[in-house]
Formats: sequence, structure tokens, C-alpha cells
Amino acid sequence: MQVPAPFQYARATTVDHAIELLNEGGEGARIVAGGHSLLPMMKLRLANFDTLIDINGLHDELGYVREEGDEIRIGAMTRHRELLESDLLAAAFPIFRDAEHVIADPVVRNRGTLGGSLCQADPSEDLSAVCTTLDASCVIRGRDGERVVSMEDFHRGPYETAVGEAEMLVEIRLPIRPGGSSAYFKVERRAGDWAVASSGAAVWMSNGVISDARVGLAAVGPNTTGIPAISEALRGRAPSEELFAQAGALAAQACSPAVDMRGTVEYKRHLADELTRRALRKSVERINEQGA
Amino acid sequence: MTTVETRLTEFADNNEKPVGYGRMLRKEDPRLIRGQGNFVDDVQLPGMLHLAILRSPVAHARIKSIDTTAAAALEGVVAIVTGADLAEKGLAWMPTLSNDVQAVLATDKVRFQGQEVAFAIAKSRYIARDAIELINVDYEILSPVVDVRKALDPDAALIRDDLKDKTDNHCFDWETGDAAATQVVFDNADVVVTQEIIYPRVHPAPMETCGAVALFDAVEGQLTLWSTTQAPHAHRTVYALVSGLPEHKIRVIAPDIGGGFGNKVPIYPGYVCAIVAALVTGKPVKWMEDRSENLMSTGFARDYIMNGEIAATKDGKILAVRTHVLADHGAFNGTAAPIKYPAGFFGVFTGSYDLEAAYCSMTAVYTNKAPGGVAYACSFRITEAVYLIERMVDCLAYDLKMDPAELRLKNFIKPEQFPYTTKTGWVYDSGEYERGMRLAMELAGYDELRKEQEERRARGELMGIGISFFTEAVGAGPRKDMDILGLGMADGCELRIHPTGKAVLRLSVKSQGQGHETTFAQIVAEEIGIPPSDIQVLEGDTDNTPFGLGTYGSRSTPVSGAAAALVARKVRDKAQIIASGMLEVSVADLEWEKGSFHVKGDPTKSVTIQEIAFKSYGAGDLPEGIEGGLEAQICYNPSNLTYPFGAYICVVDIDPGTAVVKVRRFIAVDDCGTRINEMIIEGQVHGGLTDGVGMALMEMIAFDEDGNCLGASLMDYLIPTALEVPDWETGHTVTPSPHHPIGAKGIGESATVGSPPAIVNAVVDALKPFGIRHADMPLTPSRVWETMQGRHVPSI
Repeated sequence: MQVPAPFQYARATTVDHAIELLNEGGEGARIVAGGHSLLPMMKLRLANFDTLIDINGLHDELGYVREEGDEIRIGAMTRHRELLESDLLAAAFPIFRDAEHVIADPVVRNRGTLGGSLCQADPSEDLSAVCTTLDASCVIRGRDGERVVSMEDFHRGPYETAVGEAEMLVEIRLPIRPGGSSAYFKVERRAGDWAVASSGAAVWMSNGVISDARVGLAAVGPNTTGIPAISEALRGRAPSEELFAQAGALAAQACSPAVDMRGTVEYKRHLADELTRRALRKSVERINEQGA
Repeated sequence: MTTVETRLTEFADNNEKPVGYGRMLRKEDPRLIRGQGNFVDDVQLPGMLHLAILRSPVAHARIKSIDTTAAAALEGVVAIVTGADLAEKGLAWMPTLSNDVQAVLATDKVRFQGQEVAFAIAKSRYIARDAIELINVDYEILSPVVDVRKALDPDAALIRDDLKDKTDNHCFDWETGDAAATQVVFDNADVVVTQEIIYPRVHPAPMETCGAVALFDAVEGQLTLWSTTQAPHAHRTVYALVSGLPEHKIRVIAPDIGGGFGNKVPIYPGYVCAIVAALVTGKPVKWMEDRSENLMSTGFARDYIMNGEIAATKDGKILAVRTHVLADHGAFNGTAAPIKYPAGFFGVFTGSYDLEAAYCSMTAVYTNKAPGGVAYACSFRITEAVYLIERMVDCLAYDLKMDPAELRLKNFIKPEQFPYTTKTGWVYDSGEYERGMRLAMELAGYDELRKEQEERRARGELMGIGISFFTEAVGAGPRKDMDILGLGMADGCELRIHPTGKAVLRLSVKSQGQGHETTFAQIVAEEIGIPPSDIQVLEGDTDNTPFGLGTYGSRSTPVSGAAAALVARKVRDKAQIIASGMLEVSVADLEWEKGSFHVKGDPTKSVTIQEIAFKSYGAGDLPEGIEGGLEAQICYNPSNLTYPFGAYICVVDIDPGTAVVKVRRFIAVDDCGTRINEMIIEGQVHGGLTDGVGMALMEMIAFDEDGNCLGASLMDYLIPTALEVPDWETGHTVTPSPHHPIGAKGIGESATVGSPPAIVNAVVDALKPFGIRHADMPLTPSRVWETMQGRHVPSI
């Protein structure tokens, strides 16, 4: 049994209470949601915190997937399993179900949350790539109220986000646009392992032409932001294998993977290319199926 | 393929429990699957303290100073112990199972990352763990020896300066076979194929990590140690030799063990630390290592770089095999193998083939890595040997453009050649290799698979078919040849039948999950006709079981299984004499039918074994010369090893775009001689095959250039899950061992030994369109893709 260093524990009863506790705890306080990334790091003593603020009691308040106007809004405490099982989400953004199928294992999915995944900001984490692909925005609440930031602004770098000391992520908003679909592909050494590389794509089409497209990658570098060059290259073009290959090549160029036990730099670049093609191809296939 | 429906009918039905061999559910499972087992970490004693070990963060460094002040001052800490403290008691070093020494706690230098440096004893596990964070060690970093190929370079740092007159990192040399005769055959062969083949370092990674609870009774001078050990009796003797405590005052108890795979054969510093802590504090002390400690510091397996050569005629008659092996033994030679076999049973690298000559030379070296070279379900290095020969045969098939099945069939040792003495001196007891191979090919639909492969290749798809045929050598072993630290590898067994006909069988081996409580009850049931549910199997407690060397190397059924059968026959012989008195006929006039004796020609005049048992303790005289009671004890010394074998066929598909390998089918035909419980055998095979997928595709304990272990958690060291393995298809043949009392050969490690080459051969076969003849494990997607690009690099 691996045991963490001593820490204080507090259980939040409301979002405001959690923010209050964060404020009291200062720098040494940290929110724990599903705990499937945080607790292993603490047990390995790679991370030590003075206080853990448990927000699992906030699932009623922050666990939801709902459509509001032209957005889907997901509460930060929505668990992987709920994302996986949400038909609403799967209909609007099939990329979510694709990704959730290959995230960790049922034990992790039963506890881990969307907010926890984004706030952990691990460059290998899948849902950051999914949210980037879908051009999500993040609602952050502090003592002085809420602010909304784009995924680009949310992600400051590996394990760093825009969430401030006495703030918490409460909601993720995904814009719904007509004529679109999406897909996610991941290569892992073994089920439940972190990705060697993964790629998500979202495509919107009208009159047989791509009106917009976005690609998000995971595990191929510190940066989890979108790749504007791909969006530019695809807009206004009819989908084709050549076009997907062009996008794949751009993905391979845009990423900056590092060699590790999961693979060589060349292989990961190759995967960025290959999986981007697959994700785009699948997205277009799904749009065509919707149309048919 | 086997359908779910047919498999259901094969499930064990305990409403029809066999009185003897046959499919039945495991007696231990109601306890184990309900969480009611009793493992070392379940042991709770009044006033028990907890121990945590501080380990070296670096691979090679001189210890300049250790400051324990802050740690000792932490509330709840009882004591901090360093190497210097142990040195005062003469306990800083201990012997390994291979006549080397290993530091219990480092005194002079640390020699691998994760080496034991100091320990804290505290009132809770948490405080002990917090305390070691406060121990301040000043290290002078030394250059680490990480690359095994450079370990003997003149400028390599000297690791073992603790050994007198040691000037380099050489550990040992070893050879087997006839170098000159082999050279002659190679000189005259039509075809010679050479290939470097690597078996990377892997870890047994049992679910339960290692640990111990030590209790010292100062009044009685009695030490009791609950520990995770596969060999409680051998451990007790070693503790007596090391500690100076008299052996009769040491009791080692191995309670339920959560997996061993060889990991729990050696004595680890942690066990000794727990004993010292109990002696120092006068309180019971528990030490349970965590997952990272287990992966970083306990006995690893493999780590062989094998230069293989195979010689053949141009029409595919294999003539000779030769290899030179570079073996990485880590910082201390902790290999667990019979002492005269420093390379274990690697000498069986000639495989299942009738050769003219064979030769192996080996150089073993020290590196700044965890010590060991232990098992991991390898039957003492047979895993490496089988991998070498089965890969080499496939390389030969590739060069000769021959079908690998055909090449194997052409070269098998023939049934009439048994007992067969190999060119390295091993006497294979029995085998019908072609029969097993043909059955596997039939179950697989081999010819259809090859046709399908051709069609898929034409479409640019990557499908591979891999074959492996292995011969194991298990059941160590004859005491004239085999001992560990001077202890002969024979095993005792004791059987007592109580007055009401219920029995207790006491064994020297120790199950780690293999199902001994069921298998051994069935062996005795088969011999004396008492139902297995009426036979209690006891093992793992040195005070209550006869001496023997424990469970590893698939030796339980070959050695203790023989002992159990023979002790039951001894009891039956006595029962027959008592029955002759009860039925008032001569012993020769009695006939045995499982469970009772009856008078020849008159089955109505009979007595059951239960009636005989009662009589043996009961009123009235017994036949002349017969003592009361119905019990016996023996010690079984095997006359030879047993040689299980098997034919494995693996089918893989590789995604050409991502290079991800999918094991589509796996057909395993095993021959372990007489089969006692089919369900347990299949379970052992399923587990071993899954292990094989792990080693072939994902497992490796790697190090960076500074000697940092890159596999120190189960996030980094991957173990396969149900999603990586297919629905196993098993079959079997039965070729009994001629010298084993019941003809059983052992099955524990067959699948781990046999499966990795089948999977690798399948992957390499799938990559044939790329002109690939070899690729090293672990065949992760990245390694397969690099191979497809013509950039394969060795894994070490």
C-alpha cells in the first residue's frame, strides 16, 4: 500500500462552500473530484497538499448534461460514465462516446469527472483534446462570480490551467452547429494505458463542402490547443482522401512529441497523421449517414 | 472455435465431485473469492509496529553520511535503523540463493535504484512512511553501469568493490555442450543462420507484494515469521544460518499467498529487516512493500542477450544449435536456481529437436540494476531457452522458405527415441511431439489459415501465424544433482487418516494460487478413495508440515504430487493388512476397489477405508506387528525431471496504419502427462498464456542512462488485461511420465514458457511482406512500426 503524506480533508457542501474552503486553504489547498489522477500522485508522493477539498458531494449540483439554446452544457462533476452513457451528448458530439470508450477502465470511469480531467491538464489526457476539438468554453467560478474562457485560454501548459487559487471549474459549454459530426481515435499499448497518441476531429459541412473543421491531438506534446492550419486547409473544400492526407501531414508537423516508453518521436508523428485522417474520415462518414 | 455453450458443459459440477481425478471446483475458492483469505497483510497482532524502508533514489553512489535525527524525533517513531546499525550485529549482508552476498541495508555504497538504505519502525504504516522522508542521506554519485554490453569495458565503474580482489563486473562464465563437435557440424552445414535474440528484463509482478510480520517471544526465544514465501522450509533454514537463532526456535508461516511466479522464492532484505525490528523492539513488526518497491527492487526475470546460430541441411534437417549469452544479473547475483545450475535449466535450449551437436557459452555480469535473475514462471530459465530455439527455427524457416510447421515436424525427436538424451545431457522422459503438433494444427485449421493469410496479403492486410513447440524440464530435482544452498530438492509428505475416515495431508510445498488444496486432495482421493472434500491439505507452516523445498519451477505436482501418491499408497498398504484382519482372510486374498477392500471372488465381503480407519484406532487387536493408527510419512526424491511439452499456434492481425497488434486466436495443446483436475490445468494454461501476451507485446523493466527504473508502477509497467487476450482455445494429449508414480508432469509454467515465441513468431510472420526475419520484444505498436520502416533497434 502506497501512502500519501499527511493532509487535511474538508468536504464541500455547495460550490460556494468549496470556493470558501479554497480561499481559506490558500496555495496548499486542492480540489479532489474523482481522484484518479490526484490520489496516485499523492500516494507516490509526487504531489503533496496541505488540504484536500472533496467536491464529490456536489455531484447533484454539477453533474449534468443538458441542452440550452445552441449549446450543450456539462457540469464539471459529470462522471466519465455519465458522459459515455449520455445519448444527448452522443447524438450531438459522437466524439465524446468514442473517447470515453477508450478512457481508462470502468473503475476509473465510474469516479473520474470531466472537470477533473480538464483541470489535471495532463497533455496525454483525452477529454482536453475532445473539448479543444469541439471549441468548448469553460466556466470558472470564484468569489467574485463567473468568467468564461475558451479552451485555448483555459490551457496554460502541462498541468497548468486558467483556474486561479480560489476558483473552480463548474461547467463546460459546447456550441452546437448544424451539419456537423465528430470522431476520436486513440492508440494505446494496452487498454487503460495513457494514449501513445490520439486525435479528435469535428467537421461541419454544407452543400457537400466542408464549412469548418477542427482537430485536437493528445499525448504528442505539451500543447493541447487546436491546429488552425488544418481548419484553414479544410474549409471550403470537398472531403477526399487527398484532403485528409493533407490534414494528417499538417497534424504531424504541428505536434511536438517526445520519445518515451510509449514510442518514438517518428511513430507518434506518424500516428498524429494517421489518426487525424481516420478521425476526419469518420466524421465525414457520420455526416453523410445523418444526411441519408 | 470453442463456443460458450460447449464450454459451459465443461464447467466443473461439484454436485458430482470426483473421488479422484476429474473436473471439480477448487476447495480454496469459496474463501479466496469472497475476500476471506488470510494473507500476510491480514495478520494483526497486539502492539504490532510497522516498518518502512528508505530506498536509494540513485543507481550507484557512495554513502557519505546518514542523518536520522529528524526522523527519530517524529512522533510515533520507535526506531530508525541504518546499515551501520546492522553491521554492528553482523547482519548488514546476507547470502543470496546463488552463493553471492547481498546488502540487507547499504553500508558503503548503493548499487541500484531502490536498494535498501535504512528503515523506520513506527506505530503506524503512515508514520513509518513519513519518517523515512526525514532521513537525510548524503550521496556521492558514481558513474552507473547500465548498458550490459559495456559492463566489462575496462573503464566501466566497479560495482562490487565489496568482494575481495574484484576488479571488474564479471559475475560468472558457464558453458554446456561440446564446442568442438558443434564447430565441426557448423563447418560442414549447408545453411547457417545467425540472429541476436533478446529476452528483456521483465517482472513477475504478483498481485500481492512481498511482506512479513515478525514476532519474537523473548521468554521462549522463539521467532515466528509470517511471510510471503514460496519456500517456507528453505527460508527457515537460511534464517537459522544467517541469524544464529536455533532452527527449532524459528517458525515460518506462509499464509494465503497472492501470486508468486518466482517473485517469492528469494529472501529479501525486507524480511530480515522485519526480524531485526522485532528483535530490537521486542514487539511484533509488520513490513509490507508497496507496488513501486516490488517492481523496483525484487527479483526480476530474463535479461538475456542471446546470439543464436542454427545449422541445417538445405532441405531442412536441423543439425546443430549454438549460442553465446550475455546475462545481466544486476547488482547482486540473486538467481534462484539449483546451485550447480547458474544459468538455471537454460541447457535445454536444444528444444524438441533431434540434433547432432549443441553448445552454449554464457557470460554473466553485474550492473547497477535490481538483483535477481529469478523465475517468473520460467522453470529456471527454460523460458529463455525455448524462446531462443523457437525463434531460431523460425529464422531458419524464413531463410529456407519453408513452412515453419513442416520444418518442426521434420525435426522432432521421435516417440521411439525416448528416453532421449540431448546433446547437452538432459534425459527427456517421454514425448509424442508430432501427435501434439498435428492436433494443434487441426484445432487451428492451419492450412485454411495459411490460405486466408495469402488472400489477406494480396489485399495489403497484415495477418500472421506463429508456431511454438516447447519441451519443459520441471520437477527439480534429483538430489544427486540438485540442491539450493546445500539443501537437496526432495520433498516430504505426511498423511493421517482420522478415526472417522477424514484425512489430513501435510505438504512441504506452498500454493500461491495454483489450487493445491484441491489437486493434492484429488491425488490422495484417487489412491485411497476418500472424497477430496474429506481431505484437508495443509502447507506453508514449518511447524506443522514436513521439510521440503517449496513451490516454483512447476515442481509441486512432479515432486510433492509424487510424494502424496506414494504416502497414500503406503497408508493403503497398511489398511490392507488391517482389512485382512477384519475380514479374516490373507492380505493376498484382498482386492482393492477405490475406497474399499473386498475378498477376491466375493464383493459382498468388504470393508471401506473409513471402517478400516476406525478399526485402526478402535477396540480389539490388530494383525500382528501392526501399530495402531492409520498414517504415514515419506520423503520423495525424484529420479529425474519430468518433461511436459506443447504445441502452440497464434494468429495475429496488425493494423497497417497504426502497427497495433491484435491477438486474434491462440490454440494451445499441452501435454502434462496424467491430468488430475482439467479445470485447474486450464486455469494454469490461461494464466500463462496471458503472461505470454504481456511479455511478447508490452512488458519490460527498462532503465534510463542514469539507471533509473522506468517501470516502477503499474502505469509504466504494463500487464495485459482481458481485452488484450483472445478466447483461449485449449487442447491436450496425454503422454505419462514413466518414472513419476502417477505419470504427472506439471503444468504451472508451460504456457508462460511456450507462448511468447508463438506470439512473436506470429508478429514476425505478419511482417514478412516487409522482409522482416526478427523483431525484439516487447512488440509495442511503436516497435512494430519502427520495424516496418526498417529501423528496428534491439530492446536492450
